[in-house]
Amino acid sequence: MSHRAQKDSDQARANPLGQALTWLPRLLEPVMRFAQRVLGTRRMPWLFLTPNLLIFGTFTFLPIVINFYYAFTGGVKLFPSERPFTGMENMVTLFDCRDYFNPSTCRKDIFWQAVFNTAKFAVLQVGLMVVFSVITALVLNKKIIGRGFWRGVFFYPVLLSPVVVALIWKWILQSQGVLNGLLIGVGASPTEWLTSANWMFFWVILVSIWAHMGFYTLIVLAGLQAIPKDLYDAAQMDSASPWRVLRRITLPLLMPNLLVVIVLALIRAVQIFDEVFVLTGGGPGTATTFLVQFIYQTGFASEIHLYGLAAAASLVLAGALLVLTLLQLKITRGGEIRNSDAEGGAGHA
Amino acid sequence: MPEALRFLTRTSGRTQLDWTDWLSYVYLVFGLFLMFGPVLWIVMSSFKTQSGLSDFPPTFLPYGQKTVHVTGHEARLPLYRVKKPDGSTRELAELRRIGLTATMIDPAKPDEEMPVNIKDREKTSELRVATENYTELFGKLSFGRYLWNSVFITVVATLITLLFNSMAAFALSKYRFKGQKTVFLLIIATLMIPPTIILVPNFLVISNLGLLNSLWGVIWPAVATPTGVFLLRQYMLTIPDELLDAARMDHASEWQIYWRIVLPLTAPALAVLAIFSVMWRWNDFLWPLIVLSRSELFTLQLALNAFQGELQTEWNYLLAMTVITIIPVTLVFAFLQKHITTGIASSGVK
Repeated sequence: MSHRAQKDSDQARANPLGQALTWLPRLLEPVMRFAQRVLGTRRMPWLFLTPNLLIFGTFTFLPIVINFYYAFTGGVKLFPSERPFTGMENMVTLFDCRDYFNPSTCRKDIFWQAVFNTAKFAVLQVGLMVVFSVITALVLNKKIIGRGFWRGVFFYPVLLSPVVVALIWKWILQSQGVLNGLLIGVGASPTEWLTSANWMFFWVILVSIWAHMGFYTLIVLAGLQAIPKDLYDAAQMDSASPWRVLRRITLPLLMPNLLVVIVLALIRAVQIFDEVFVLTGGGPGTATTFLVQFIYQTGFASEIHLYGLAAAASLVLAGALLVLTLLQLKITRGGEIRNSDAEGGAGHA
Repeated sequence: MPEALRFLTRTSGRTQLDWTDWLSYVYLVFGLFLMFGPVLWIVMSSFKTQSGLSDFPPTFLPYGQKTVHVTGHEARLPLYRVKKPDGSTRELAELRRIGLTATMIDPAKPDEEMPVNIKDREKTSELRVATENYTELFGKLSFGRYLWNSVFITVVATLITLLFNSMAAFALSKYRFKGQKTVFLLIIATLMIPPTIILVPNFLVISNLGLLNSLWGVIWPAVATPTGVFLLRQYMLTIPDELLDAARMDHASEWQIYWRIVLPLTAPALAVLAIFSVMWRWNDFLWPLIVLSRSELFTLQLALNAFQGELQTEWNYLLAMTVITIIPVTLVFAFLQKHITTGIASSGVK
């Protein structure tokens, strides 16, 4: 081993993180030495790839194939061999509507309610969130005291789990909660937030903006910092007003970054589930039931597990995501894999 | 108006605050209140007693009803300030209450019971930090169990994630072999397939593998993250190949090259991935919800969800449990905020 490499690895082992990282591979040393003797050096990269590919294959690629099978079979049995082939029946059931713009005329009215809720939510949430993210990023990009601290302030809720986010707001919004307390304090009348369909939809949007805004603010901020400074210097020479600078320089140059943010946020928004499920359970009624919750309830939570219908609904969701992902690829100019693509459709890895 | 704006901006010197600065600070302080306020509120609430929580309008500081020990009674009795018909007030302890009438006694004279209309009394409260919400958690609700499950999943999944992803990243960055590009694209493609759309088939796979109601059923599907492979590969590409060649001259095995040379040099990227992985696994909800249905296997997130759904939610315990769940994330935030935010800003990964 070369001197420098030896020094580097010694250094790594000296710090606790390095030590924690190396004990596991050290244990595998004899096995891997044997494997190299058997396979030869040339095949070693495949050995390195095996665990990852095995897991991707088992838990991502195989399920995609099975999902199609489920979508075209019926019955309530989990095992594919026990499921009768029903062709397009699941799809037909989902799309059986007299009037597509009126969910109550559909056979699966909850599905359509969920589709409309999801679309409405995605548009409103993403629209408002992008506006707030841009404003916040603009403020954070100024010469302010303690910029790191303020950046952290807006980012903090991003780290909270969806369940915690939901509980925090449920505690605030409950009828004897602090929000109603404050309202009484200023002389307004308290409201039953959690049982009013319209208010709940409003709060679901607000809470999800609260929870995710910090992440998008960071991306917009990175975009703002990439705008060349001399443009602003030139604007100052011309004593352009801040409003003019914003409209003529900042926003146009931010546009590509903003489009990525919008598509990323849309991909996340159509998959909304956790925090809403804990906060409202989809209610009141079906006011805040979204697509993923429909899939979860049809496939797992209801008494009869309709896996086929859930899988068919998954395909509908996948279709929406595919369109959004293609849009994203088009925006980021396809082929080349850029950093922002790493976010992809997944959200969580 | 534009005239006025120009005037205002022109008068501001480089060091002087102009109106946009003032507006910015107002916005930031408002943001501070909005972002931390709800969390602070839940922390304050978690130190209130059950009776303190039911006070409306709620108080910011944890006030609880005063209780008093009266000879002849085992439990401590709640204290009230009672207005007597003659206009004077006395502090009395409540023995029991039927309808609108409470039977109360003077703590000093425990033998003399007197009926009091509940309209004529109000709670006496004192500042009381209900630490028992936290200490009793471990005995009640098998909180320790949930904590252990969450910690186990988070730690084990993160270790395996670091190992598997760094192995794959090593192969994809430090070798040239046939099919390399295909494999890389395949891994990146999995980014486009969110777990939410393969719930049903994944459930089948997990149950076929016998991993249903097992913590490993949560761990295995999560350990191969495309994000992680991508992040580490990009970092490993910057490590010079000469280092590896030199080690090969010295007859180091490929595995040794991986863990003795490349892994230590990738430490900064591994740290970022470790932080992300810990956050992902600690906060996971939908997949554990599907895989783990037996309550002794619940993670903290599942337990929180289960308790808040109960008919008689004991909010004092639920709030304490929520706060404990927030602590690790907040610590990560406090100490590693800079790494996370720069990591996200440069890679666009959450």
